[in-house]
Amino acid sequence: MNFALILEWLIKAIVLVLILLGGFAYLTLYERKALARLQMRVGPNRAGPWGILQPIADAVKLIFKEELMPARADKLLFFLAPVITLVPALVITAVVPWGPNLHVFGREITLYVADINVGVLYIMSVASIAVYGIVLAGWSSNNKYAMMGGLRSTAQMISYEIALGLSFVGVILLAGSANMIEIVNKQKDVWFLVLQPVGTVIFLIATLAEVNRAPFDMPEAEQELTAGYHSEYSGMKFALLFMAEYDKMIAICSIGATLFFGGYREFWFLSNTILSVDRTPLLGPVYIFLKIFILLFGMIWVRATFPRIRYDRLMAFGWKVLLPLSLALIFITATFILLAQQFNNPLLIWATPVVSLLVGAFAIVLVNRMLRRKEYARA
Amino acid sequence: MRVLEPLIELLRGLWTTLRFMFEKPVTVQYPEQKKPVKARFRGRHVLHRYENGLEKCIGCSLCAAACPADAIFVESSENTDEKRFSPGERYASTYEINMLRCIYCGFCEDACPTEAITLGDQYELSFTERRQAIYPKEMLIEPVPAGGQPTPQKTEPGVFTRSVPEMKDPRD
Repeated sequence: MNFALILEWLIKAIVLVLILLGGFAYLTLYERKALARLQMRVGPNRAGPWGILQPIADAVKLIFKEELMPARADKLLFFLAPVITLVPALVITAVVPWGPNLHVFGREITLYVADINVGVLYIMSVASIAVYGIVLAGWSSNNKYAMMGGLRSTAQMISYEIALGLSFVGVILLAGSANMIEIVNKQKDVWFLVLQPVGTVIFLIATLAEVNRAPFDMPEAEQELTAGYHSEYSGMKFALLFMAEYDKMIAICSIGATLFFGGYREFWFLSNTILSVDRTPLLGPVYIFLKIFILLFGMIWVRATFPRIRYDRLMAFGWKVLLPLSLALIFITATFILLAQQFNNPLLIWATPVVSLLVGAFAIVLVNRMLRRKEYARA
Repeated sequence: MRVLEPLIELLRGLWTTLRFMFEKPVTVQYPEQKKPVKARFRGRHVLHRYENGLEKCIGCSLCAAACPADAIFVESSENTDEKRFSPGERYASTYEINMLRCIYCGFCEDACPTEAITLGDQYELSFTERRQAIYPKEMLIEPVPAGGQPTPQKTEPGVFTRSVPEMKDPRD
């Protein structure tokens, strides 16, 4: 614990937070642009060339906006709620490795803020703190709609956190470690996307619900709840809630990229070339950025495509489909890992994706049959 | 493949939205790029002139009477051959339309016996104050056509005695 080490940590932490804050601003622009293109529009293009100054204009507008507080709001909680929401979104990325170790000025610099041996558990626990912020925001506003939004958000996030956490377990089993750096290193040859295809899908669906994105954006459904938990917020406090939402998107996409898409490792077709991370370590951050970019596009794409699903359907899907499915996946993964160890045949691991895909198809059939039965019952 | 139908339908939805990403945006970059209005578009009113520069409006107030929103105010005065604004006895010395009241129904057009007022293609009407919403005659009247003279004109006596032009085609 010397001075240089503390300085290194400080610099890394500040850089990470700055990346997240700047990333938030440009994620809003990216979302608006991509959404516009998906709807055959142009999107913001007035502020600066291609609208690249739009986030700055938005920020200035939000900073100078009047801040209103409802007369009978719980003042302290109303003030604290955006902060409680934002901080977890910022600190959650501390365990995500952005690249391999670098050698600069005779020092070995690690491209992550914290090396926690239970990194995945850290993510789960920090992510669940963000729910408090949203619930408190809804409750302290003293507004029925905000309250409803907050309640919906809690119920939804708690339900989908289980499926999310269980989809992590498959990765932990395969990597044999809950350490994010270890998980990335284990994906050197093959991404966990290939070994856990259904787990990846569950993760992607559950993250949409976790960060309250369409089609699971019931907590802030404009049409029914007038924006839900943040309907009483304005000015900079609203900006903080907004920022938390978008930083959570970035954080969860970086986690997804790390756990399932090889983290900072190169794309599979680039391995053993000059562009691989082992030859040029500086490309690590570029790769993870690209992966996050693509995953974020997926989120925007889904938002542009699917309508919001009904609330009871959402809960039913979370508890009756995703939870049993992810439990089954853990069972399958664990079974084949054990069998591979027992018979000393690593190829048996490859039965995992095959069997889990079959189980996934079976789940789809069951859901389809259930929906059809309801249709017949109604007719 | 029937069993995977729900999944395929979801993917088909995704593909449909993605396809539009590669199409040309339909956006019109409005202040720089303006679409021409349709032939029957009803925009801001225009008061017309004859080819010699005389105003078509004779101050009869039929438009004001026809206006369902009571947006038009007309005050007429006598024409003389020394100071002639329009053919016939009278002309509109004040002609005001309150653009906040106007509903662009076009009844004034229909009511006008001389076809003096029409709803043009101008739609960029903006004001920062309620008083600015009242458009006086100077803002509504079209410029003097080439070869015509501005009003008031000094005319020969006995030429412009008829306020409404003679009807050549009764169906017109």
